[in-house]
Amino acid sequence: MKQFNYTIKDEVGIHARPAGMLAKTAKGFQSEILIEKDGRSVNATKLMMLMGMGIKCGDTVTVTVTGADEEAATSAMQAFFAANL
Amino acid sequence: MLKFTGKGVYGAIAVGRASVFFQKKKAKIRRTGIADVEAEFARVEAAKEKATQQLSEIYEKALREVGETNAQIFEIHMMMLEDEDYNESIRNIIETQLVNAEYAISLTANNFSSMFAAMDDAYMQARAADVKDISDRLITCMTADCEKTIHSDQPSIICNDDLTPSETVLLDKEKILAFVTAYGSSNSHTAILARTMNIPAVIGVGEEFLSNIKDGDMIAVDGFTGEVFIDPDQQTLEQMECKQKEAREKKELLKRLKGKENITLDGQKINIYANISGVEDLGAVLANDAGGIGLFRSEFLYLEGTDFPTEQQQFEAYKKVLVSMAGKKVIIRTLDIGADKKVDYFDLGEEENPALGLRAIRICLTRPEIFKTQLRALFRASVFGRLGIMFPMITSVSELEKILEICSEVKCELQEGGIEFSNDIEIGIMIETPAAALISEKLAPMVDFFSVGTNDLIQYTLACDRQNPRLESFCDTHHEAVLRLISLSAENAHKAGAWIGICGELAADTSLTEAFLKMGIDELSVSPSFVLKLRNTVRNIDLRS
Repeated sequence: MKQFNYTIKDEVGIHARPAGMLAKTAKGFQSEILIEKDGRSVNATKLMMLMGMGIKCGDTVTVTVTGADEEAATSAMQAFFAANL
Repeated sequence: MLKFTGKGVYGAIAVGRASVFFQKKKAKIRRTGIADVEAEFARVEAAKEKATQQLSEIYEKALREVGETNAQIFEIHMMMLEDEDYNESIRNIIETQLVNAEYAISLTANNFSSMFAAMDDAYMQARAADVKDISDRLITCMTADCEKTIHSDQPSIICNDDLTPSETVLLDKEKILAFVTAYGSSNSHTAILARTMNIPAVIGVGEEFLSNIKDGDMIAVDGFTGEVFIDPDQQTLEQMECKQKEAREKKELLKRLKGKENITLDGQKINIYANISGVEDLGAVLANDAGGIGLFRSEFLYLEGTDFPTEQQQFEAYKKVLVSMAGKKVIIRTLDIGADKKVDYFDLGEEENPALGLRAIRICLTRPEIFKTQLRALFRASVFGRLGIMFPMITSVSELEKILEICSEVKCELQEGGIEFSNDIEIGIMIETPAAALISEKLAPMVDFFSVGTNDLIQYTLACDRQNPRLESFCDTHHEAVLRLISLSAENAHKAGAWIGICGELAADTSLTEAFLKMGIDELSVSPSFVLKLRNTVRNIDLRS
């Protein structure tokens, strides 16, 4: 299991477009990727639920990656968050 | 008996059964029990596939036209369709409640969209609409086939909220006694069609009508007064019959004017031509003794099919009209698609403001291959009669130069191919934008004739959307600005040796006939059923007085 925290810098937070891209990226890995905020967590492949979290600018999320390709998945997620959110 | 009042757009009477269509369009999703869960799953999958296909086409197109950032929403829609929770919810509802897929989808849509709607972020609240949108698309993909066309087996009175031009085109015209619509203005497509078909139409009767009318109700429509009666009583029926008889007699009187000249008491002549929307209107043109065809709306060739009409199909239609008119002038307007006339296969996309959008000649100049096909068909047909070609929505000299250049190219190609065409094709343009009227002095020397499209000219001059019935009080069709633009165009046409006609709805307005004669308008082109009425008006005008 690998984990990292990230504070959202994008003005509108995880809105439809980045949520869509995030879900797409997450689907590319076998590992389970969970996004957690304030005790609620959701699988990163679940677009609607992810959008439903209402993650905004300034919120800190915890990303937890568990699975066979967790190394690669984690670096991909870190890169994704840094580039898009 | 219930009475509703709207605006009558063609003076005639009809009594018959109602055919109500709006309910079908906005049908509520019904909950029905099912036995075969797997079959229902399969329906969802099939609809999903179709919806994804549609979305990917929309996405590709949006990508080309509005860029990736704006196109992405359609990609998100596709992803939403694949969303695990969304799909699981649909399957769960089908499986546990043993209900139809449509119901399961609409329930799922409600649940998810209320989740978004309840969020404290305006942006996320707006996503509720996306969920609804994809769900509606899914449901439509399951049921679309039975929805597309409006059918009625017996002659009936079409009652609707409003008809889109493509719906209007798909109607079986033999089976329509009258139109009644809740919305729409007298310039709407339905209204124009009713005038062409000589059947009564009452538009803008209001929403309340929709909640009171049922399929099969007996209704009486008075196109003179704009009154519509549901379940008319005996007295009303008698009145209707009486009015109908009067109208028929008046029509008979007008028939006596057949074969007479269009000449004022003091000897000024004017040509009265007919507007047609298709080959099937030719009978009415000849029966009403029109001197020619002042406007053949060629876009009907495009609206009827599911793909572009071929050169040969167009050629056959144009040839038929030219042959039937036996040497009388036939003016064919090149395609005027766009604005309120939409055709799916043109892939025009949504526009914020379609009346000011990519329409008519703008499509032709953007996609010259479509334009050239039509021009080739027109030129080839020209040997069968007296052809005039006119181009809609002109706003500048450079557009016209471009058009004439394309015409020359097409002629060269035909010549090289050894294909015959006439040397006396008249070329004209529509004056339907204030811009064209104001620079008519420069445009006139480049053409043989002008034809004023008053509907658009009024809309663009007065900034009044012709589809919006609430603007009718602001939309003074006799506005001095409009009349001055027409007068200016007439003056400039004549200075350059060109002739000028009017083919819009205003041409049939007999309260303006005298004014038009004074401006020196050479031709008025109206619905076939107005030709003789207009002749009667002209023959009673004395310009000396």
